[in-house]
Amino acid sequence: MTPALAIILGVILAAAAAGFLAGRRIPMNLENWTVGGRKFGVVIIWLLMAGEVYTTFTFLGASGWAYAKGAPTYYILIYGALAYVLSFFILPEIWKIGKKAGLHTQPDFFVHVFQSRGLGILVAVIGIVSILPYLQLQLAGLGLIVEAASDGAVSSTAAILLSFVLTTAFVLTSGLRGSAWVSVIKDILMLAAVGIVGFGLPKIHFGSIGGMFRALMDKAPGHLVFPGAAPAMGVPWVMSTVLLTGMGFYMWPQLFGTAFSAKSDRIIRRNAVIMPLYQIPIVLVFFVGFTAFLVLPGLKTGDLSLLMLIRRTYPPWFVGFVGAAGAVTAMVPSSVLVLSAAALLSKNVYRAGFRPGASDAEVMRVSRGMVLAVATAALVFALVLPNALVNLLLLGYDGVAQLFPGVVLGLFWKKVTRRGVAAGLAAGIAVAAFLVFGKHDPFCGLNAGFVALLVNVLIVTVVSLAGRRRPAPPAG
Amino acid sequence: MRPAMKKALFCGAVPFVALVAALPFVNRLRPVVFGLPFVLFWILAWVALTPLFLYLADRFLRKDKNGKDGRP
Repeated sequence: MTPALAIILGVILAAAAAGFLAGRRIPMNLENWTVGGRKFGVVIIWLLMAGEVYTTFTFLGASGWAYAKGAPTYYILIYGALAYVLSFFILPEIWKIGKKAGLHTQPDFFVHVFQSRGLGILVAVIGIVSILPYLQLQLAGLGLIVEAASDGAVSSTAAILLSFVLTTAFVLTSGLRGSAWVSVIKDILMLAAVGIVGFGLPKIHFGSIGGMFRALMDKAPGHLVFPGAAPAMGVPWVMSTVLLTGMGFYMWPQLFGTAFSAKSDRIIRRNAVIMPLYQIPIVLVFFVGFTAFLVLPGLKTGDLSLLMLIRRTYPPWFVGFVGAAGAVTAMVPSSVLVLSAAALLSKNVYRAGFRPGASDAEVMRVSRGMVLAVATAALVFALVLPNALVNLLLLGYDGVAQLFPGVVLGLFWKKVTRRGVAAGLAAGIAVAAFLVFGKHDPFCGLNAGFVALLVNVLIVTVVSLAGRRRPAPPAG
Repeated sequence: MRPAMKKALFCGAVPFVALVAALPFVNRLRPVVFGLPFVLFWILAWVALTPLFLYLADRFLRKDKNGKDGRP
């Protein structure tokens, strides 16, 4: 066994072990399993959020865009900061309602605020349809990174099978708490890897970060300002994209759900204050992509530029370490995605749609079954049908962001009606799908999802004002 | 709206102005700051400053809750 391989396998096993240990001696009821018993403090929430937000694809994507598109990749740095500002004002209100009414999932919130089971089912379906391709993307990224880092010693399929089976197992035993604990390992490894290559690669190849940028400004000055190498991604595209993705960020069901796991609204606010700092390491990933642009020109896709440059520059054991960090970086978000999808399916589709009388214990049992079902589906898509969900993935953020008007208006505008929200949601998703699948993205220089969001807001407002007021949620 | 919430919202709006509204005016290569192209430096600086504004917003809200500030 080569040192690279030993490091990759050792880290994956250690991460899974941490996931199992996290659930020891904790009775697994629905509350503990899906929202960690609503007991998470500021440190664990921060680790968990960071664990979910930074995915393998953040790295492959951020460096890949820096390589292939140039400046448009900066949007990744911006939208996270905007999302945390929004969360500072919105998440504590969601937490309060969740605490009062004992909510576990995003559709629970819609059901409660709008007193509409149908709307809850619609939101659950949107969530599941968004999660599946995203989960598949995580697995694909994991396979890619381990196969490249082990120099082919571990095939992509073997890497995906091993890490995802272990991930699914610790989700079953430990629930959200397992993900939080694995996040600790993940965050340390990933920050170390990004720090070393982000400062190291420009220094090794160009003497310093400034030297790398000087070389790039000589060779391709346009690469470093909008629109970079992507003519359609000018400043209006960046502005509309960061607004859309900033608003869509916490609308991902798994991130929305984190709001319920905090011990208090105070913890959510404090977390929002510090989270933007965690965005900063992304700039190091840009440096890697830019360095690769200069050192390894002409790659077919940018997504592999980070790994290829690392392999070209560092000894094999270190490449193994980066591969290990990449694998764990995919395991944490995958675990939360599986857990969220299972909770949506069991609580908001099974119970709400088919078995209104089901007890929490029964929902919990069904949830466990759903974990296996979701995990199997994701594996089949990742290994057998890698292209089946590509279209859904394209829609990703454009789709979930359409939930934003419903959440914000539901919290802060008394006149909004369930019919208005449903109509706006349907219209927003239809417009987004039409523009994205019809290859009209960007539309008039703007992000297609943002255009859809404007239509959504307009329709919610008009339909709500035309209709009767919604019934108030029951007190207590 | 409570005055503390108004102040907090104002703090929250600052990053949006800097990171969205200002983009057309800062989309330039020079001056190079700390080795970075200007637009990247601008974005990085404002992402790093965002916690400061959220901290201030948090302080306004906390003071208000503790009754040391704002109307009774």
